[in-house]
Amino acid sequence: LLSFLPERSNLSGVRHILLVLSGKGGVGKSTISTELALSLRHSGKKVGILDVDLCGPSIPRMFRVQDNDVHQCDSGWVPVFVDQDKSISLMSIGFLLEKPDDAVVWRGPKKNALIKQFVADVAWGDLDFLIVDTPPGTSDEHISTVEALRPYKPLGAILVTTPQAVSVGDVRRELTFCKKTGLRVLGIVENMSGFVCPHCLECTNIFSKGGGEELAKHAGVPFLGCVPLDPQLSQSLEEGRDFIQEFPKSSAFPALAHIAQQILDGTSQQSS
Amino acid sequence: AEAAELRERLGSVKHTVLVLSGKGGVGKSTFSALLAHGLAADEAKQVALLDIDICGPSIPKMMGLEGEQVHQSGSGWSPVYVEENLGVMSVGFLLSSPDDAVIWRGPKKNGLIKQFLRDVDWGEIDYLIVDTPPGTSDEHLSIVQYLSATHIDGAVIITTPQEVSLQDVRKEINFCHKVKLPIIGVVENMSGFICPKCKNESQIFPPTTGGAEKMCQNLNVSLLGKVPLDPQIGKSCDKGQSFLCEAPESPATLSYRNIIQRIQEYCDQQHFQEEKII
Repeated sequence: LLSFLPERSNLSGVRHILLVLSGKGGVGKSTISTELALSLRHSGKKVGILDVDLCGPSIPRMFRVQDNDVHQCDSGWVPVFVDQDKSISLMSIGFLLEKPDDAVVWRGPKKNALIKQFVADVAWGDLDFLIVDTPPGTSDEHISTVEALRPYKPLGAILVTTPQAVSVGDVRRELTFCKKTGLRVLGIVENMSGFVCPHCLECTNIFSKGGGEELAKHAGVPFLGCVPLDPQLSQSLEEGRDFIQEFPKSSAFPALAHIAQQILDGTSQQSS
Repeated sequence: AEAAELRERLGSVKHTVLVLSGKGGVGKSTFSALLAHGLAADEAKQVALLDIDICGPSIPKMMGLEGEQVHQSGSGWSPVYVEENLGVMSVGFLLSSPDDAVIWRGPKKNGLIKQFLRDVDWGEIDYLIVDTPPGTSDEHLSIVQYLSATHIDGAVIITTPQEVSLQDVRKEINFCHKVKLPIIGVVENMSGFICPKCKNESQIFPPTTGGAEKMCQNLNVSLLGKVPLDPQIGKSCDKGQSFLCEAPESPATLSYRNIIQRIQEYCDQQHFQEEKII
């Protein structure tokens, strides 16, 4: 298999590329992408997020940069930095829309063209990790993204599900997508896994429990952990705050930190 | 000729409702399933539920029809019947294994959606409910285009209270305006959670920008209702049972029933207005 790797490309300085996928919508792909980026940043890493959800781009707001514009440079588009530190940079169609409520009503071919540009034309510079946040499904965006990233040998994919069977049912199909496209599954995250009432500490499994863990076992892939429902996490995402920095005692923190640690452990094993 | 074929098949459909959302995972399929059950409770009405989420077809499981297959007859594909008066069609019925992935680009998805409309022998239907995937792309453009062969009463748009959802839902409302699709109204799902033990309410998905209520005011669309979180909803969906029947006393059931009634009233008004014109 001859894969063409351009000598100097915008992804040359990116050490590890990982995708966040789910067959199912609304399970927390963008949330996990965001919190993973924040956690990796706190471990001293430089992280980029490429948001290829063209119809529902959530990433800009999660970092409070939804009003930012994208600028061009010689090598292409300059990603949006979330702060002066420049340790997290983002690219999303959200930055290219004139009005935030504008619907991107594109058929497949037009989406594919932009995704190719997003993969090739963003001047990321040197990054430890590039996280690719995706929309739900197994269609144009996913096929195009995986094809465009193939020469750069992505690390693999994190699959996000919620515990109930209806979600797991879709994520099983996403696992098949990974198998068919040769994308390694780094693991499954079971998100929205239980809710502890802040008043009385009673735990209610609003979206059931255990489906993600079972799926990981059934499919023979690593289980990265259960993340509980956490109103402080939802609030942080709404306000574009750094949950990892500001709420280390909140219920979702340990699980999110653990996911990041497993990713770091996986990559340090690779290097050694 | 194609348009004529579609018109022939769909000509006798009295009411068509699309269930949309810019955002994934807000409860479109859940709502579509319950709307279908709710409308089919009247045995005199014939209800059809069409699932055009090609990549993530949730409807078969939610309707307790997992594992069912589609049969062909002289008059076309037969929908799978839950009740005598409630028929369902989904790509889920065409897949032989729960692990099968439909890895198709847009044009192929459009082709299947057209087949669903042209080749399924629905019979005479009072209500056609179309469950959609999240977004504003091929499936959505195609269904609006193909359904121009019949009359779409309107769209019900589902959201959850937080801005991360609303920002996508505004785009969906924008899409409806662009394609001249009337909006019946918005449903705010997952609207608060009452702890079963201490009965205190938590806003798990906080309405930091005023929730669906504020959005509907700003965009001049109806808020059909708010539905609270209830763990029984997910359980019923997983079991393929109607939540409305499994938990008749739940506040969520009450909300859903009110919303379904408002949709019925909207459709009846449309019919009445059409008859007046004739």
